[in-house]
Amino acid sequence: MAEIKRHDNRLGVWGWLGGGRWGVERYAYILHRLTGLGILLYLLMHTFVTSLRVTGTYMWVGNGFFHQPIFKLGEFCVVAAFAFHAFNGLRLVLVELGFAVGKPIEPIYPYKTSVGVQRPLLIVAMLLALVFLLVGGYNFLGMAK
Amino acid sequence: MSNGTKYWTWHMAAGVVLLILLGLHMVIMHMGGTVHLFSPHGTESVSIENSQWRDSKICFAISNILLLGVGLYHGLYGLRTILLELSLKPALAKAVTVVLVLVGLGLFGLGSWAAWAAHTVALAGGNS
Repeated sequence: MAEIKRHDNRLGVWGWLGGGRWGVERYAYILHRLTGLGILLYLLMHTFVTSLRVTGTYMWVGNGFFHQPIFKLGEFCVVAAFAFHAFNGLRLVLVELGFAVGKPIEPIYPYKTSVGVQRPLLIVAMLLALVFLLVGGYNFLGMAK
Repeated sequence: MSNGTKYWTWHMAAGVVLLILLGLHMVIMHMGGTVHLFSPHGTESVSIENSQWRDSKICFAISNILLLGVGLYHGLYGLRTILLELSLKPALAKAVTVVLVLVGLGLFGLGSWAAWAAHTVALAGGNS
């Protein structure tokens, strides 16, 4: 079985958040991790809270603990995090599988990068996330009946 | 294919499945006022009546269990990837893996039991 040889991450936690001159994709990478961790935390709590309905405890309705405005805002943040994480994740899968990175070419000066191919994909992914977010916002602001 | 590559491939596949399942979950549960899907009792999609109506449908019980399993795998494997990037010592890395597997299995057990029990309760007429 082949073992993956890992390199020391000397920067530690700072290695996730810092590292030099970045393009917008690097900021998307940080946000992808932060939204992922946020959604995971929500999933762990959500599993407990929704499991309680078996005992007849519905904490999100009527006078339930989670039926307060602050949690409505939190719910919208979860939808926003999902919208970003999902569409950016789809972009990452496409790039991982070799799509949208351009064809390999000879490194002849002036060098070309794959950013020119990847950047439009990022823009499309963010536009789709924005549409999802707007629909979610319309719902959360109570405009939908 | 090494185990690392295999699990990473599963992680990506789980992400694509989540995009569909969690996307539908978000649309049905959290955008109910806009789309009115699978909520026959008024506009509040997360009301007790609508929750119990969905719980009574076996397709919702099964898809909730599937969503939970795929979500836990994707989320906890992602967390493990982030933690292991900190160049942990092998013993600590193994402990992280064991803890995350146990947490995942525990929550999957709890959530699956709850989804099935809620289905049974809803079929019997509800508990409120």
